[in-house]
Amino acid sequence: MSILDKFRQLAAARDALIGDGRPPFGAVIEKILSPTEGIMYGRRTILLGTNNYLGLTFDPTCIEMAQAALRDEGTGTTGSRMANGTFSAHADLEHELADFFGRRGTIVFSTGYLANLGMLSAVAGPDDVVLVDADCHASIYDGCRLGSAEVLRFRHNDAGDLEKRLRRLGDRSHRALIVVEGIYSMLGDRAPLADLAAVKERYGAYLLVDEAHSLGVLGQHGRGCAEEAGVETAVDFVVGTFSKSLGTIGGFCASDHPELDLVRYACRPYMFTASPSPSVIASARGALAALRARPELRQRLWDNARALYGRLEALGFELGGAVSPIIAVLMPSADAAIAAWRRLLDGGVYVNLVLPQATPNARPLLRCSVSAAHTPEQIAAVGDAFGAIALPAPHRIGSVIAL
Amino acid sequence: MRSYETILVQTYEALQPFARGQTLTENTDLVADLSLDSMQMMEVLFEAEDRFDVSIPLNVLPSVRTIRDFARRLQELTADR
Repeated sequence: MSILDKFRQLAAARDALIGDGRPPFGAVIEKILSPTEGIMYGRRTILLGTNNYLGLTFDPTCIEMAQAALRDEGTGTTGSRMANGTFSAHADLEHELADFFGRRGTIVFSTGYLANLGMLSAVAGPDDVVLVDADCHASIYDGCRLGSAEVLRFRHNDAGDLEKRLRRLGDRSHRALIVVEGIYSMLGDRAPLADLAAVKERYGAYLLVDEAHSLGVLGQHGRGCAEEAGVETAVDFVVGTFSKSLGTIGGFCASDHPELDLVRYACRPYMFTASPSPSVIASARGALAALRARPELRQRLWDNARALYGRLEALGFELGGAVSPIIAVLMPSADAAIAAWRRLLDGGVYVNLVLPQATPNARPLLRCSVSAAHTPEQIAAVGDAFGAIALPAPHRIGSVIAL
Repeated sequence: MRSYETILVQTYEALQPFARGQTLTENTDLVADLSLDSMQMMEVLFEAEDRFDVSIPLNVLPSVRTIRDFARRLQELTADR
């Protein structure tokens, strides 16, 4: 018996997936060409699973700002924010995020994962309760595990179920932190934030919204789901990431609570890790400025999302939710999903393969994420690739996959 | 306060859809015997919460292995009211 025995089971699962040498969970982009294209397994491939919603990873201004930061400030801070890891640009980005969200303050974390790990573990303590939407991301669940609060789960997007649980808490509802996302990462569905905010107000609880997939995507100004729902004042903590619309890596939390600044001193995932490198902060600042100044990026993103959604719907695929930059194509089985993933790659399209237990509804899915940078020709080509794996209409019974 | 036996009967009822022909006993291990995956466990918890009108903290899950463990936890949670 060895400490490593537990990995033998995983080895079998991994080896089964390697298949023809293109493992879905170890795919390599040999050369990245643009936000929407790369060379994969020797061929030019359209990238449809990147979360690069605004396509800013190759934005000339963001790159120039990152290059300047590399030249002037070096390759890394080599330190924690609590020690030598805060340069003036870190503070500037925090101010710019606070200004963007119209909040008193912001903390920048080294990744979005650490932002959730940090906020969930630091804000709610042993006398508090966290109420988590069932479909919340692993980073939220992990933050709850790291913390010491009581953790309750409520049915996904169900304000009635949330209310039931708050009612059961009695007075303790005033020490409850409700945690939801804006757009959920797998199916692309949206939280009913207006209903959830109303419940929160009725019971005097606190609300944290993770706008990871909705920053730059929803709202007239791109501030996310809370802006779109008109309930920003009901959100105590806005958490987000730099690794989607902002095209780099990092995380943040913005809030009007003056106590947010004190979270820095109580938050292990903030204190005990190196701060983001100067070039990352620089490109994040550039991307935030672009998000604010160029609403046409959001418009293009939604035009592309609607076009692809419509095409996939017309082809007869079962889709996971309403139109969104995340389009989940539900598969009848893991084998069908893996085969379809490979056929799409043959057709020059990379999507994310997601298998249970990572899916919210136990269905395997092909997760497509659309970018503002996709051209109409690329969207059409993606539609053609899906068309090649769809059965013609008379033969469709349930699944539309021709294997 | 509900008796342990009442809660146990209701727990068996909640788990019956996942029994797959097995006879459920107090010693039945939810993962090892019933092979409940995380999604199914979530459904079991939601079902139990609705039945008993309680919220089951996720924090207690690591200590819940058998049906006996589950029923005892439910008894504790329902006793608080």
